[in-house]
Amino acid sequence: MELREKLLASFMAFEEKVDVADALHNVRTEALKNFEEKGFPTKKEEAWKYTSLNALLKNDFSIFPKKENNIDIKDVKKYFLNDLDTYKVIFVDGIFNTFLSSTTHDGLDVCLMSSALTKPKYKMVIDTYFNQVASREESLTTLNTAFAFEGAYINIPKSRVVDKPIEIIYFSTGNEAALMVQPRNLVIVGENAHVQIVERHQSLNDNPVLTNSVTEIFAQKRAIVDYYKIQNDVQTANLIDNTYISQKQESRVAVHTFSFGGNLTRNNLNFFHHGERIDSTLKGITIIGDKQHVDHYTLVNHEQPNCESHQNYKTILDGQSTGVFNGKIFVEKEAQKTDAFQQNNNILLSDKATVNAKPQLEIFADDVKCSHGCTIGQLDENAMFYMQQRGIPKKEAKALLMYAFTSEVTSSIKIPELKAKIAKIIATKLGVNMGFDL
Amino acid sequence: MLTIKNLHASVEGKEILRGINLEIKAGEVHAIMGPNGAGKSTLSSIIAGNETYEVTEGEIVLDGEDLSELAPDERAHKGVFLSFQYPVEIPGVSVTNFIKTAINEKRKANGQEEMPANEMLKLIREKSELLEMDRKFLSRSLNEGFSGGEKKRNEIFQMAMLDPKIAILDETDSGLDIDALRIVANGVNKLKNENNAVLVITHYQRLLDYIIPDFVHVLIDGKIVKTGGADLALELEEKGYDWIKQEQEA
Repeated sequence: MELREKLLASFMAFEEKVDVADALHNVRTEALKNFEEKGFPTKKEEAWKYTSLNALLKNDFSIFPKKENNIDIKDVKKYFLNDLDTYKVIFVDGIFNTFLSSTTHDGLDVCLMSSALTKPKYKMVIDTYFNQVASREESLTTLNTAFAFEGAYINIPKSRVVDKPIEIIYFSTGNEAALMVQPRNLVIVGENAHVQIVERHQSLNDNPVLTNSVTEIFAQKRAIVDYYKIQNDVQTANLIDNTYISQKQESRVAVHTFSFGGNLTRNNLNFFHHGERIDSTLKGITIIGDKQHVDHYTLVNHEQPNCESHQNYKTILDGQSTGVFNGKIFVEKEAQKTDAFQQNNNILLSDKATVNAKPQLEIFADDVKCSHGCTIGQLDENAMFYMQQRGIPKKEAKALLMYAFTSEVTSSIKIPELKAKIAKIIATKLGVNMGFDL
Repeated sequence: MLTIKNLHASVEGKEILRGINLEIKAGEVHAIMGPNGAGKSTLSSIIAGNETYEVTEGEIVLDGEDLSELAPDERAHKGVFLSFQYPVEIPGVSVTNFIKTAINEKRKANGQEEMPANEMLKLIREKSELLEMDRKFLSRSLNEGFSGGEKKRNEIFQMAMLDPKIAILDETDSGLDIDALRIVANGVNKLKNENNAVLVITHYQRLLDYIIPDFVHVLIDGKIVKTGGADLALELEEKGYDWIKQEQEA
């Protein structure tokens, strides 16, 4: 059976199992109907022109894991931010793992979506926020909504500065031959509150995994949200990440996406502005090789005056890898004095690697500052000779240049331990033993 | 120390060096002068191992070891330093961390441990003072937005840190005002001793007022056509290169 049919067929059984409230049942049914009509996106659609899911969908994915799987802390410790106390919401094959997690209800909620969706005390919050910013049209998002049940639920009250970062990690054990998981995260950050979140998806062996994740983030007035996505999975893992962010006035939300691993990765990152003097940051580093594929599809919707958005994506492609950057900026008629900046720089290390870059600016206001720049190049030979002349071997010189190329993105990582971890992942990725103590 | 024998080199099939012979002993300062396009920068690039050029004949020997098969970084580890005419800007890498990496790579290649942090800091302080460099300068991205003078000073600072056997200064005087020139030359003179050597590549005589050469060689059309003492530089400054060309043709 094809995956689409399999999903449609299992929907009723799933709904019975999760036993949710009526209101939610309607949301799901609507969502499933949308997916049923549209199916999985194909390259015929403009938004999916450069990313094909065809080969991937041929896998016989299980939709629910057959049993609860456990993992040993010592096997997965390296995927955490060590040397740092954090809240942790950890899932194994889509199921919450109490042992590895460290949740809280102490003035703030860092816990489970399944609780929030089923317990009466969360009903008001769920009614207000759940599925309110996520697309009801985009087929993969609606597929996730139809099956939404588990994920991280984070609710930070007004003026609360969260004392430590929150880690959300989805592990796949590979105990299923092929597994599809659909995590659903909801993050609500109250007025003047501040939170740092690190999200990661990690397979523990080479059995194929398809993750179709949806995250909704609501930043209230003057809230500050720093969100980091680490995508360094094995090369049989596939990730479709759909993130929707709703910002109120004077809030600041930054999303950094580090894409180093995986077979196919698609990041749909969407920002919607509901207020003035909002600041949105979208940054990313992509370093891939072999036949890896990473597609960044961003949207910033400037609906109100005096808001800023900053996009900066750095991509290094080796082997036969392919990179895609599609950056949409809409500036509505009311959104005067918008300052929207978009930059996308690519380095091709191999003549078999390809990049497709497409800035897309639609501006309906007349007093705005919008700029975009896109470059595609190779490593600078003069710089290589200069560094080698000073005694730095070719491989190390290359790595140093590449790390330097990404520095506009790494420099704005606010968690030092994370910055060190990213530097280490990059060094490993580039095959050098260097500190990049830059 | 450095011996160049019958060196021929070309780029894209065009011969640029046509049989260079040069012998530099420890403790000596040599200058190579010549008109634009004579092959001066090509020669310095080739000694440092730039792979853009193809050496078609001849050899470059440092302390008895042929450098021909060595990569630029391996030559650097053996003690070759080239101060670039146009130092490359590397955004995102600070001066301090670049030089730390360079020093530790050299030590690694020579089987030594990394330099302890306190020792490194002491060395950086000492050498930056020698070049009268501002501390703030050291944390800036390498050469990014540096003035011409700052770039050259930074080159000599790196030379001081790496303590090479043979330092090649390629047009180090270009882009320098008189104060910067004095600081740079003073730095070079202080680093000079009986165990190392300096090769100054220059178009003008100006730098040689400060760094006094033992030998001056004139390079024209890829060949050294005349060698003399420091006074030859003065003569060239006064009379230009045409008289040498005429002497050659005669």
